Amino acid sequence: MRLSPDEIIFWQHGFFKLNATLVFTWGLMLVLVVGSILITHKLSIGLQRSRWQNLLEIIVTAIEKQIEEVGLSQPRKYLGFLGTLFLFIALSALCTVIPGYEPPTGSLSTTVALALCVLVAVPFFGIQDQGVGGYLKSYIEPTFIMLPFNLISEISRTLALAVRLFGNMMSGAMIIGILLSITPFIFPIIMTLLGLLTGMVQAYIFTILAAVYIVAATRVRKPKPELAAET
Amino acid sequence: MLIDWFTVGAQVLNFLILVWLMKHFLYQPILDAIDTREQRIATELANAAAKDTQAQQERDEFQRKNAEFDQQRGALLKQATDEAQAERERLLDEARKAAAVLHAKRQETLNNEMQHLHQDLRRRTQQEVFAITRKALTDLAGTSLEERMVEVFAGRLRDLDETAKERLISALKASPNPVIVRTTFDLPPAQRASTEAAIKATLGAETPVQFGTAPDLISGIELATNGQKVAWSIADYVASLEKSVEELLKEKDKPEANAEPQPEEPQSEATRS
Repeated sequence: MRLSPDEIIFWQHGFFKLNATLVFTWGLMLVLVVGSILITHKLSIGLQRSRWQNLLEIIVTAIEKQIEEVGLSQPRKYLGFLGTLFLFIALSALCTVIPGYEPPTGSLSTTVALALCVLVAVPFFGIQDQGVGGYLKSYIEPTFIMLPFNLISEISRTLALAVRLFGNMMSGAMIIGILLSITPFIFPIIMTLLGLLTGMVQAYIFTILAAVYIVAATRVRKPKPELAAET
Repeated sequence: MLIDWFTVGAQVLNFLILVWLMKHFLYQPILDAIDTREQRIATELANAAAKDTQAQQERDEFQRKNAEFDQQRGALLKQATDEAQAERERLLDEARKAAAVLHAKRQETLNNEMQHLHQDLRRRTQQEVFAITRKALTDLAGTSLEERMVEVFAGRLRDLDETAKERLISALKASPNPVIVRTTFDLPPAQRASTEAAIKATLGAETPVQFGTAPDLISGIELATNGQKVAWSIADYVASLEKSVEELLKEKDKPEANAEPQPEEPQSEATRS
């Protein structure tokens, strides 16, 4: 029993190897990018537009709206990162209906990679928003004593992100595998459907949490001008 | 080991590449398209609003002009109507005045003619009536009438009131001339005697009486002395009637003589000083 598609290795040369995770990731990337290109290469700016364009517009504007609702006042700045996170994880979960497919998010390496991206992106956006000093100062807020706790929370939440997504995706595949061996009829289908739902929820949770971390990093000083304005 | 660090690195790279690709091929074009469309819609809406505003303004302007036009038309119509009314009034007034003047003139002429006619008629009638009366009474006068006349005269003398009697007596006494009694015809001796007797009885003195005739009395008897006169004659009656008729006609000639004047009782006796 394998826990991760990392274990399926197609080709290896020393440190470099080509495993199922990378192959499926590329596959997803191909689908996403080619699909986007196909749909967006002739976009309509009029009132009449294609169904695919409508679908993409709905998805994009929905993500944008969600980011805005979390608290980011300029959602377009974060749309590339957060939207891609959501679409990648969601499509990865959605493709589980394809037989023989292994979700790359079911590999801890992938989820750690995504969590590391979030870990880097949060200070990146924080510094972009309030400068290096301002961002670093947020670690010693409200007092200097909070610095270690802030650092621990930073690392632990990244770890939590990675493990949560991995656990859910892996367990979904695992349960289906176990059920297939015990009751090969009906139950695997129900669990697959449940897995689809879980996958979508996980995509949403991952994206929203990343957005919340970015909000926390960019909005630390925001209340102060408001107070100043009030007085 | 669940984490393969090569895969982690490769996935990080993959993800970053995917982010860039998605940004480039999905988000940017889609957002641009949405923005362009929204801008276009906004522009169209703005244009529509502008057009609406313009249409509203034009409608307002049109309505205002229409109202103004209506008002002006109404004012002009009213003015014209008023002028026509005034002109009509003036013409009517003029016509009325002219008609009134004409009417008055005609009335006056008619009145004058009527008056003349009436006057003529009256004068003629009067003349005729009196001529007839005189003629009839002259024709009727005779001896028997004289007798009766003397009786009436005697009665009148007797019935004279005291003051008149006194005046008559004093006049008789003052006059050296005899009392003159005139009649239309010569009185027969019997009547003369009764007249003398009556005079004597009344005046109580020995008065010489002289008899004479006076045809203008028609039928009557008259006693005259020294400015005092006692008489009874039909001529007096006729004169009195004539006088009262003349007065009546005069009153009738007055334009507003509505009330019928009562004819006076003819005065048969007159005591003049």
